[in-house]
Amino acid sequence: MRRDSPSGGILVLGEIRSGRLHPAALELTAKARLLADDMGAEVSTLLLFSEIDVDPETLIGYGADSVICVRDRRLGLFDQEVQSRILYRIIRDTRPGIVLAPATTSGRSIMPAVAAKLRTGLTADCTGLDIDPETKQLLQTRPAIGGNIMATIRTPEHRPQMATVRPRTFAIPASDPNRAGSVKELTLPDHCFESRVVPLGLERSDGDDVNIQDRDVVVSGGKGMKKQENFVLLRDLAELLDGGVGASRAAVDNKWIPYSHQVGLSGKVVAPKVYFAVGISGTVQHLAGMQTSGMIVAINKDPEAPIFKVADIGLCGDLFDIVPRLIEVLRGRKGV
Amino acid sequence: MKIAVLIKQVPDSDDVRMDEATGTMVREGVGTMINPLDLHALQEALKIRSSRGGEVTAISMGPPQAETALREALALGADEAVFLSDPRFAASDTWATARTLSEAIEATGPYDLVIAGEKATDGETGQVGPEVAVMLDVPFSTYVSGIEFESGNSLVVSRTVEDGIERQRLSIPCLLTVLRDINEPTMPTLSGKRAARRADLPAWDLDRLGLSPEEIGLKGSPTRVVRIFHPQITRSPRLFKGNDIERGIAELLTELEGLGITGREGVS
Ligand SMILES: Cc1cc2nc3c(=O)[nH]c(=O)nc-3n(C[C@H](O)[C@H](O)[C@H](O)COP(=O)(O)OP(=O)(O)OC[C@H]3O[C@@H](n4cnc5c(N)ncnc54)[C@H](O)[C@@H]3O)c2cc1C
Ligand SMILES: Nc1ncnc2c1ncn2[C@@H]1O[C@H](COP(=O)(O)O)[C@@H](O)[C@H]1O
Repeated sequence: MRRDSPSGGILVLGEIRSGRLHPAALELTAKARLLADDMGAEVSTLLLFSEIDVDPETLIGYGADSVICVRDRRLGLFDQEVQSRILYRIIRDTRPGIVLAPATTSGRSIMPAVAAKLRTGLTADCTGLDIDPETKQLLQTRPAIGGNIMATIRTPEHRPQMATVRPRTFAIPASDPNRAGSVKELTLPDHCFESRVVPLGLERSDGDDVNIQDRDVVVSGGKGMKKQENFVLLRDLAELLDGGVGASRAAVDNKWIPYSHQVGLSGKVVAPKVYFAVGISGTVQHLAGMQTSGMIVAINKDPEAPIFKVADIGLCGDLFDIVPRLIEVLRGRKGV
Repeated sequence: MKIAVLIKQVPDSDDVRMDEATGTMVREGVGTMINPLDLHALQEALKIRSSRGGEVTAISMGPPQAETALREALALGADEAVFLSDPRFAASDTWATARTLSEAIEATGPYDLVIAGEKATDGETGQVGPEVAVMLDVPFSTYVSGIEFESGNSLVVSRTVEDGIERQRLSIPCLLTVLRDINEPTMPTLSGKRAARRADLPAWDLDRLGLSPEEIGLKGSPTRVVRIFHPQITRSPRLFKGNDIERGIAELLTELEGLGITGREGVS
């Protein structure tokens, strides 16, 4: 789409999976609010669902001027074709200047489909969003080449400006109970729900397998863990901190833990509040997946290990002494 | 079954070194390789060919040296390779890349299946696959870690997503982007290597593809990179060893409390 439309507002696609609102919906709505205030624009949050665990009005407290709801039983299971068609339609009708969605597996499927159809730009996995004070354009900043460089990207001519945003990038502020806004329920014609994709179901993984990208704390182990059985130490530590267990590629290659736990260039990028690297040397490829974490704690017996260069707290010694001691101290604190 | 596999040449991450002074990856003299996930895409196509018959075509867009990626694909067993190269393709963003690739897919197809990697290690956008699907007007699925064919014109994919494994049925033709878990890539074959050596890979340029210069390269790209910089993550590392470790643990606990991380209640 060329820029002929009035500089519209900001549209946020809120994600709902299995009836649960993803926290990124609050995060992006709040961020959109800040951006909209810089441009003098409105924020709308779009929710597509069959069931939802919060009152859509909640989004108003986080900064939405309007919440657009499409409630339909056919939206219960994720269907990229239906969701992109609906998002496309709403963009066409409301002409936002900016569209934001979380960089989740869903957001990263729907957004490129919609951008392709609109013939506009899309910036993936942003970790920074600002409004250029002069042009009022969206400045989209994202890591590239494994986080070793950052690139700021603009969409000068085409509208809307679209970006997926890595969840947990921006703080979620407290809700403002005094904010005013509206909730609109939209009924769409049947053909909007036609699809060449048939969702058959979701087999949930739980417990240990909760996505490590969603955790406040990640405790990762590397080759220094020596064998699979020793990962129980990390699981204990992670559990005490309500965190998830990650791993270096060396640990995954040794089949000590499944690939879905791998952090790094060829695994997941995580940015928890606290990242523990236990028996991990800190190669460039591993750092690519965790160096933007809030606080980094490294446990390694080699004082020269590169991980210590990026660690806020480095504990240099045998992990088989340090981790059990840490667990003991944490348990003591809780009085268990 | 006619299958197209989209292959991108990326800098070799085995070679990745850091420039200590600037804190960036050293790119000069760094080798190139096929994007690792694209090897899984190719492997899956070869697997499907061996069970269902058909033909596998590898397609790549890139600078002249990207031809080696296609020769590698032939060595691994692809039947055909289509090389898209033209200085005017340079600086394409995902939209322009997808536009170029989809034109080549239409010109050399029709295909029953298009397989791409979920994302490339350099750009890391994962956008090209879905964009190509929309431009071809075929259904697509992403994050695919398993494919089963059904009788009739459909297949069922398993998608590995945040909270589990999702299953979806798609009608054929369709486009899939695949994850590493889908298979184990194999080695090049002798006959493949021979074919790779012999293959003539004339580059398709803009004119042969019949695209307008407005749609491709920098001109056709809606996005512009306006600034590149090195992330400044300032940390002041504190290292504790020997007898200091207890003190380190105590400081760690204070920090955790400061961050509000007190852990789960009632865990023993
Ligand atoms: C294309 C490509 C992609 C890659 N992608 C990834 C990726 O996504 N993620 C990733 O992690 N790697 C990745 N790698 C691999 C990476 O280069 C390293 O091989 C890997 O990260 C090393 O893992 P490690 O730190 O666990 O092992 P090592 O480098 O062997 O380090 C083990 C560390 O444990 C310490 N140690 C040993 N015993 C003890 C003990 N008892 N107490 C305390 N410390 C101890 C040692 O001092 C050492 O520092 C990739 C490589 C390539 C080529
Ligand atoms: N220039 C290209 N030539 C061929 N395939 C590509 C190209 N760029 C991207 N792809 C395909 O699209 C996937 C995702 O790439 P990206 O969107 O760049 O992360 C890759 O794994 C390839 O399968």
